[in-house]
Amino acid sequence: MAKAMVVDDSRAVRLILRRTLEKHGYQVYEAGHGKEALAVLDQHPDVRLMLVDWNMPEMNGLELVRAVRSDPERARIVLMMVTTETEIEQMVRALAAGANEYVMKPFTEEVITDKLRLLGVIS
Amino acid sequence: MIGTEQGKATGGKEISAENFAFLQQQVYRESGIVLEPGKQYLVEARLAPIARQHGLASVNELCNLLRAVSNDGLRRRVVEAMTTNETQFFREPAQYEALRTTLLGELLAARRSPRPLTCWSAAASTGQEAYSLAMLAAEMGLAANDCDILGTDLAEAVLERARAGRYSQLEVNRGLPAAYLVKYFTRQGLEWILKEEIRRRVRFQRHDLRDSARHLGPFDLVFCRNVLIYFDHETKRRILQLVREAMYPGGYLLLGAVETILDLDHLFERRRVGQAIVYRAR
Repeated sequence: MAKAMVVDDSRAVRLILRRTLEKHGYQVYEAGHGKEALAVLDQHPDVRLMLVDWNMPEMNGLELVRAVRSDPERARIVLMMVTTETEIEQMVRALAAGANEYVMKPFTEEVITDKLRLLGVIS
Repeated sequence: MIGTEQGKATGGKEISAENFAFLQQQVYRESGIVLEPGKQYLVEARLAPIARQHGLASVNELCNLLRAVSNDGLRRRVVEAMTTNETQFFREPAQYEALRTTLLGELLAARRSPRPLTCWSAAASTGQEAYSLAMLAAEMGLAANDCDILGTDLAEAVLERARAGRYSQLEVNRGLPAAYLVKYFTRQGLEWILKEEIRRRVRFQRHDLRDSARHLGPFDLVFCRNVLIYFDHETKRRILQLVREAMYPGGYLLLGAVETILDLDHLFERRRVGQAIVYRAR
């Protein structure tokens, strides 16, 4: 079973994203901030998809994206930001840091699945 | 919507069976589109705003008004609201991938003389399909005058929106790669505005799919997606024939994922490109 991780400090958002991913056959891990996410990755290096919020305590989403991309062994993880940040400059920063896609909150389930389909990580 | 306050649900009485039948008849007569039973929710969603604008309490009252007075403007607005095609950027990405990897290159190479590639988004609605193609062409390095893109729709109201190239956050969130969003759009408050360099690649005009499209073409590439499903079998056949008449031999027709060319194998040849099914004009 393919593995994914949802990183968001809101439990409600994590739950919604988890359910969406589970519908598409993913086993889903959760983390409430960037540092926790890196710890989960150390335990489960076979995670292939991460949905990442921007504004979180401890380590924010942009820092997490940079941290993941700084490790060549994690280059193939698909990273999608899911965030309330809607400024173009922020999107450009996230993409430049190595995020593969970007979703603005609020979102619907279709928004998430359309983007995941675009990334080729669900069929 | 997730991650924000839920929008208020719209209230109002449900549409009566008699009024639904009346609307079915009106829509069929004006557009040839069949409103299937069970689409009552769609009627409520699309017509409640029009009812409100006319100071009416419900869609039932709107139907009463349509029966009582001869108002072509209002009737047309109602039909347009009911027949608007839902759309999004890069819907069915496999088809765009087929265009990018294979079809556009083949079509460019097959031209007998130096002329622009001609493309038609036949149920353009608010323009996302035509603009997706325009962005793809730009990404592939095609100049604006190498690729002529026409978007048509029955409804003038959606064409106005298409021409404006202004979209809500939800609309740009759906299916549009973030890399294209930051490259080809600017943000103005809650709206996202397509840059002129993409907007000028597409023309929009009104066209009824049941009429001949020869004068609009001929086309190398036709998108006719998720619109045939609204017509009855005979009308579908007729529309596909008219589309074929407006195409170059060897051009490609793209249909929605659940749509087929019916029994018109003498007009189109089915072909698989990657994950996409496309139809080549014979």
